[in-house]
Amino acid sequence: MSEAVSDTIGGSGTLYATKTDWKSDAMRKRVRKRYAAETRFRFLGLAAIVISCAFLLFLLGVMVGNGAKGFSRTELALPVDLAAISGNAKPEDFASKSGKAALASLELRQAVESAIADEYGEAGRKIFGRSVWTEVRSAIISNPDIINSKTVIWVSASSPLDRLNKGDDVPELAAQYKKLQANETIRTVFNVPFLTKSDGVDPALVGIWGALKGSLMTMLVTLMLAFPVGVLAAVYLEEYAPRNRWTDLIEVSINNLAAVPSIIFGLLGLVIFLNWMALPRSSALVGGLTLALMTMPVIVIAGRNAVKAVPPSIREAALGIGASKVQVIFHHVLPLAIPGIMTGTIIGMARALGETAPLLMIGMRAFTATPPGDLSDPSTVLPVQIFLWSDEVNRGFVEKTSAAIIILLIFLLTMNALAIYLRNRFETRW
Amino acid sequence: MNQTPQTGLEAPKMTARDIEVFYGQKQAINGVSIDIDMENVTAFIGPSGCGKSTFLRTLNRMNDTIPSARVKGTIMLDGEDIYSSAMDVVQLRARVGMVFQKPNPFPKSIYDNIAYGPRIHGLATDKPELDQIVEKSLQRAGLWNEVKDRLTESGTALSGGQQQRLCIARAIAVDPEVILMDEPCSALDPIATAKIEELIHELRGKYAIVIVTHNMQQAARVSQRTAFFHLGNMVEYGETSEMFTNPQEEKTRDYITGRYG
Repeated sequence: MSEAVSDTIGGSGTLYATKTDWKSDAMRKRVRKRYAAETRFRFLGLAAIVISCAFLLFLLGVMVGNGAKGFSRTELALPVDLAAISGNAKPEDFASKSGKAALASLELRQAVESAIADEYGEAGRKIFGRSVWTEVRSAIISNPDIINSKTVIWVSASSPLDRLNKGDDVPELAAQYKKLQANETIRTVFNVPFLTKSDGVDPALVGIWGALKGSLMTMLVTLMLAFPVGVLAAVYLEEYAPRNRWTDLIEVSINNLAAVPSIIFGLLGLVIFLNWMALPRSSALVGGLTLALMTMPVIVIAGRNAVKAVPPSIREAALGIGASKVQVIFHHVLPLAIPGIMTGTIIGMARALGETAPLLMIGMRAFTATPPGDLSDPSTVLPVQIFLWSDEVNRGFVEKTSAAIIILLIFLLTMNALAIYLRNRFETRW
Repeated sequence: MNQTPQTGLEAPKMTARDIEVFYGQKQAINGVSIDIDMENVTAFIGPSGCGKSTFLRTLNRMNDTIPSARVKGTIMLDGEDIYSSAMDVVQLRARVGMVFQKPNPFPKSIYDNIAYGPRIHGLATDKPELDQIVEKSLQRAGLWNEVKDRLTESGTALSGGQQQRLCIARAIAVDPEVILMDEPCSALDPIATAKIEELIHELRGKYAIVIVTHNMQQAARVSQRTAFFHLGNMVEYGETSEMFTNPQEEKTRDYITGRYG
């Protein structure tokens, strides 16, 4: 018996003709080679990480370096003799909304223009912004008491002067700039209007609020539509749908949809929402619907995987004590799947937030100088605004473009942080 | 295969007649008839793949969840056909509870694990009543003393044996008439197994208990009646003591003496 056994495992004695020498030169060489391969791999991996970090830091550095300028603005002191034009009007007349109308009768524009001419002469036109008088008007409305006095109002500088103040080289204004600095009639302040205003023609006066609000509204429409539809589709496909050719076809189609170039969704939106359904052009509603088409497949795929990952034993446990199918899904499967679904939703929404091409197709590249009031108003979104500004000839838009990119990144990070926070709250600990 | 229906029991709780189960084209159970009553713990034994778990799952229609599975024959619970359209499958599964091979508590608190069933079936009218149901269920499952101070902790934080008793308590909480156990101890250590077996003894008479096991010693210890399954047929069914000492069929004898399995 023992003979037979040793026969089956190769007989007695060693398997090799000579005893294996673990210390031979060939062995040592092999060991060295193995160590070298390991070191090489570690080094390459580390290098890959260093390179990607460098790229990221470079990108962020350039953006922040350029964009930071966009958050400051140059203002000039403008003495205006308002008493001369007001004709002893009462300050209360300008306090309310009717102030604009009351001021319109005062020929404020001419007064401001002559004030500039008095103070700075012919050069004044070049150093003051294009619509200084509207800033004076706002100043009066916010503080009507100045109407009967000669007062100094800080108003925005022209775009070239603004650039000069921030370090650009603008030779024709250099002399003026020195004089302004000597008189201390020039100052640099935080650019509040950039956060409260919309697109415009003068880069010194444009703001991001319109695009930001447009993005918020578009994202809201996208989320409201894509999330419930995506989750319901995912749950139905995983839990209810029979396995047959039709569901296979649907699955393949959804996977393909997630990979379709976004501009094609733009064309789809153009045909369906604008041509057929005649929804308002350039609106956040149509933008949101179009992006929802694009986001839905991503949510469906992530949702299906999350639902699939819920252990079958949990379903059996619930079924075993008499839970109905719907109860199993809503009490057990979805709570366990929601973190995964949310991860997919974050990815889909982040992609939608940065999407430009499909929105160009549905007319969201229109020049919109006022923030959208509701979903049907013409609006634009952050990435489209960035695209539009990057296309401008005026040099003053360079820093605004970078500043808008910073806003977009902050928006994106806030959205992701919120989603991660929510996901962690819902996550069930095992 | 010549099989006679086992009608020797006086007051059967469940009766199965000529049950055939198919997975697609493949037949897994070839005409099994059996009676199950309250007084006896019934054990299903047999080699792997013999159909004992499949048959067990026909008793509370868990096979319905497998799209390709088809069941032929009749199963009566107190004289009601459980496969008739008049039988609500959700209520059936509450009345015929099930304990699975791997302990599968919900990732919720111990309290919520037990309270879930009574909640969805509306068995408790208010919170104090629900508290009572939870306490009694845990007591019956022999778990109360171990967990009474940590009912809010997650059920998954318990040890394997405790988790399995939690699952038994969860099944008890919906006031079942029959409890099906599908190899309830195969994932447990010997001490936890002993506790479950003890528990089965205590539950006998309160519920009709059916236990699937591939451990013959366990079948001998916990059951009064044993059914031996082989290749989709029920080869023999009778008193456990009789079966292990004096099996009628050759196949049963071979299995019990360890010729195959």
